[in-house]
Amino acid sequence: MTTAEPVIEIAGLTTRFGQNVIHENINLTVLKGEVLALVGGSGSGKTTLLRQMLGLITPAQGSVKVFGATHYDCGHEKERELRTRSGVLFQQGALFSALTVFDNIALPMRELRILSETMVRDLVMLKLGMVGVEAQHVHKMPSELSGGMIKRVALARALALDPELLFLDEPTAGLDPALSESFVELIRSLREELALTIVMVTHDLDTLVAISDRVVVLANRSIVALGPIPDIIANGRHPFIKDFFGGARGRNALRIFQQL
Amino acid sequence: MPSDLPVDHNPRHQLITTEAGNSCLQLTGSYTLVSLNPSLPAVARELAQLASQPGLYWDLTNIHQLDYAGAVMLWQIWGEQRPDHLLLRPEQEQMFQRLEKVVSLPEPTQRKWFLPVSLLGQQLLRFFDHLAGMISLSGQIVLDIVYLMTHPSRIPVREISANLYRTGAQALGITAIVGFLIGIVLSYLSSEQLHMLGADIYIVNILGMSIIRELGPMLAAILVAGRSGSAMTAQLGVMRVTEELDALTVMGIPHSLRLVLSKIIGLSLALPLIVLWTSSVALLGGLLAADLQVGLSIRYAVTTLPDAVPIANLWLGLGKGVVCGMAIALIACHFGLRIKPNTESLGEGTTNSVVTSITAVIIIDAIFAVAFSSIGIRVAG
Repeated sequence: MTTAEPVIEIAGLTTRFGQNVIHENINLTVLKGEVLALVGGSGSGKTTLLRQMLGLITPAQGSVKVFGATHYDCGHEKERELRTRSGVLFQQGALFSALTVFDNIALPMRELRILSETMVRDLVMLKLGMVGVEAQHVHKMPSELSGGMIKRVALARALALDPELLFLDEPTAGLDPALSESFVELIRSLREELALTIVMVTHDLDTLVAISDRVVVLANRSIVALGPIPDIIANGRHPFIKDFFGGARGRNALRIFQQL
Repeated sequence: MPSDLPVDHNPRHQLITTEAGNSCLQLTGSYTLVSLNPSLPAVARELAQLASQPGLYWDLTNIHQLDYAGAVMLWQIWGEQRPDHLLLRPEQEQMFQRLEKVVSLPEPTQRKWFLPVSLLGQQLLRFFDHLAGMISLSGQIVLDIVYLMTHPSRIPVREISANLYRTGAQALGITAIVGFLIGIVLSYLSSEQLHMLGADIYIVNILGMSIIRELGPMLAAILVAGRSGSAMTAQLGVMRVTEELDALTVMGIPHSLRLVLSKIIGLSLALPLIVLWTSSVALLGGLLAADLQVGLSIRYAVTTLPDAVPIANLWLGLGKGVVCGMAIALIACHFGLRIKPNTESLGEGTTNSVVTSITAVIIIDAIFAVAFSSIGIRVAG
């Protein structure tokens, strides 16, 4: 199903904050159409790796290429194209608190300066419909929304420009089990409908099992395992893998997996 | 349609005549946001012209890639409905089904009638609201002080000391520079005038009275209002945004006592000291300038200063410092605690706090000027 076209290519990546080395010589390729999950213990640099892919941090060594270009030296036009082709769902939503729900989603569209206001209106209502936000919430401010609603609106904003590549940072953190299940279901259906490539950071095993094609396990500054979940469990030697998938919560989540 | 040939992503269209004799508009290439950028308005205009033909067939099956931006563009060209003759691929069919279901944007519920009367009323209500808030906050502070008198071990000594350092010690540099320069300017301008009258020695009276009684306290208070007042408001505001205020409350630490009272006490101790410092540096600057300008020796000036300026003026200046310090901290905390958890409110609250406290400082100065008009001023004759 997936063609072998790479969307993100990371080669020899090293990240350093002062004396503190976060990643050492990381190599990773994200293929078009797949869902890749980053897991790892606290402080293993999952979010940092995600921020590298977003171009929010410049690597100390090595390169991070998204759609064949690096964020930091590709020029203004190319950079804008990269930003148009990818969307990000931040952990806390990162909605602009001074703008209404409608304006939050309309902002990236208006920023292109080619869409008429009637097109923007239709597109915003379309995206809100996709993520299941009713029209009555359109004029609310982010502070008036519940946690689950903020995630949905933030997802709609991430999808505003019809991206091919979607980054999710802890998509289900802070949601109750029922909400996070429906959110995972939403992401899965959108992925099929929009043919998205997804890179996500998550702690939640249920989310991991439900939507990821391949999993990257980060520990000790490098990738200790990479592959589909059954392969990782079968071949993983690292203690983190045993703790993460072998604990009581892990076994519960995986039981569902085996039933599939 | 996978092929080895490189795909042409540019949006293209051609008008052909089918075997049945109908004209058919075939769309090829990609109709995505990336491929339509920046040509979207031009493409939309072109297609809209062709769309006016009656009985036109639309063939979208050869489009390489279509996204919602492209679909919405076509949808609006069609007048938000499907044209009579439309050929779609199944996944495109799904997209247009979604578009058909899009609900229209609801009108904002509250209509904004910016009638001047209601605006004025709102302003007035807001003013009374702030006044009431300020009074209740000061009442709370008085209650806290009474509580601390009976429980001296609860006095937030560390916070007061920290505030003293932040608002006092760290403000010494900026107040010295501003005071020194104002002193020089004042002395330079007035010594020229006095020199014409041959009354050079009265420069000491002018500098002493104006700086110790008025300029020193005002300069210090306005600088501190801008510097520390804004910092206090922003600090409390961010603590509101990050729920730190709520965390303190559930720990049983009342923030009126720990945050507000310590700031008020800290600033009411720091500001008179800064007033003293600013006045001294401004006087020094003024006398130095006078020395250079008209050759008035500093030694002479210092010895005549106690005769020229009654000591009551110094106490008045320091008193203004205490009152202004309390007012600035109270206003800053009042606005800080009212900030709502969003970024706009933070900016607005900080601005309001600084504007209000500088206004309050000037009002306090005016009150002092009227109330103590007979003290510390020698009337000739």
